[in-house]
Formats: sequence, structure tokens, C-alpha cells
Amino acid sequence: MSKSLLIISRQAPWSGPGAREALDIALAGGAFDLPIGMLFLDDGVFQLSAGQQPGQLQQKNLGANLQALPMFGVEELYASQRSLSERGLGDSELNLAVQRLDDSELTALLERYDQVITL
Amino acid sequence: MKFAIALFAAPHQPASRRALRFAQATLAGGHEIVRLFFYQDGVHSASSNVVSPQDELDLPREWREFVTANGLDSVLCIAAALRRGVLNAEEAQRYARSAANLEAPWELSGLGQLHEAAQQADRLVCFGGQ
Repeated sequence: MSKSLLIISRQAPWSGPGAREALDIALAGGAFDLPIGMLFLDDGVFQLSAGQQPGQLQQKNLGANLQALPMFGVEELYASQRSLSERGLGDSELNLAVQRLDDSELTALLERYDQVITL
Repeated sequence: MKFAIALFAAPHQPASRRALRFAQATLAGGHEIVRLFFYQDGVHSASSNVVSPQDELDLPREWREFVTANGLDSVLCIAAALRRGVLNAEEAQRYARSAANLEAPWELSGLGQLHEAAQQADRLVCFGGQ
């Protein structure tokens, strides 16, 4: 039985390679058919904001890569509702189908996984 | 107990020193390290081009000596390393770069090595995450 891994992604997509490198861990795990979950927390929820134009900063669109998660079998996708609300995204449509969790649900989520990586 | 140790922080950050001390304590306590995996800015801790002032801790050298002395499996994510200019001779040649700054005992490989180590270990311990 494989150990489950939750990746907590806390970096905005424009703050450096952190967001992409967190995603790469999730995609690699999915490619190996491992039970992977991904939680967007704090500034990490900015990755879910729709309609971004990273090309204006000569950056690639991370949002397009996030769409690969379900294709790689990573379907346990979560975001902190508090993090979204604090950043004005509480009621926004997001660019990825995630479950929005309140703080008590976050605690339960962390309990469910064998291992956690926070980036 | 079997440990997988992941390092995400650069050598000048405290997390790199903590990771090294933890790894040393792991072996000293009679436990096993299945793999060291350096990712993100952690790859700089394997660079042979880091020059530390004489009266300061030379962390990349300590890492190298520790890994070599104990024959540890130690891997850098190749994508993270290339992006940050940490290249072994093979990659320097492949990308026509004038210098290599990564030698044995370090290996360049993919993120699958992190997952494999995490699966084999009883504990995955990460240093320098955000």
C-alpha cells in the first residue's frame, strides 16, 4: 500500500519558481500512480485566480499546467477558503476544480495523509 | 527507522545547517537514511563552487564530507539544478556551458527519486519549505 502525500503549495505564481516546483512534485507523483493530494494555502491560492496574464511578465501560464493535475490522476485538490477570502477570491470562480475547506476541515485533511511537503 | 531527508533551502540559510545536523544525528542514533534529496534552492548546497569565508561554517564542504564518508544516496532534482546553474560535467557538455560545479557523490535525477525515497522511508523529513 503506497503512502499518501499531501503537497501544500503556499507561493503565488509570480513570486518565483516555488509554485511550479510544488506542482512538479504533484505531477511526478501522479505519474507514478501514487496517492497525491494538493492543497493551495496562503498566497498559493493566487495560482487559482482566473484570467491571469503572466505573459506580460514574460512568464509561462502556470494555470495551464494546473489543468494537468487531473490528467495525471491527482484529483484530490483543495484550497483554504480563509486564504481565498483574505485575498478577495472568496466568491471568485477559480481556474481549477478544487474543494474549498474551512479551517477545521484543513485539520482533518492534514490528519488523513501519511506525509506532507510544504513549499 | 528509515528516513528520507529533503532539503529545499540554500546553504546560507539556517535550514541547510539544520538538515545536515539532523542527518548526522539520524546516523549517530543508529537509524538509516534511504536518500537525501535536494530540491529548489537546496541544490546550491551541493555546488562545489561555493566559497565560504575562512572563519565561517563551510556547509557545502560539510555536506560533501558527510555524504562521502557514509556512502549516502544523495540526489539533486535535475530540473531544479539546471535552472540554478548547478551542472555536472555531463550536463555542462550537453548544454555547452563552460564550467561544471557538481561532482561525486552527488547525482542528478528526477523527482521520481523523491517519491521513491518517501515510499521506502518510515519518515519523510523536509527542511526549508515555505
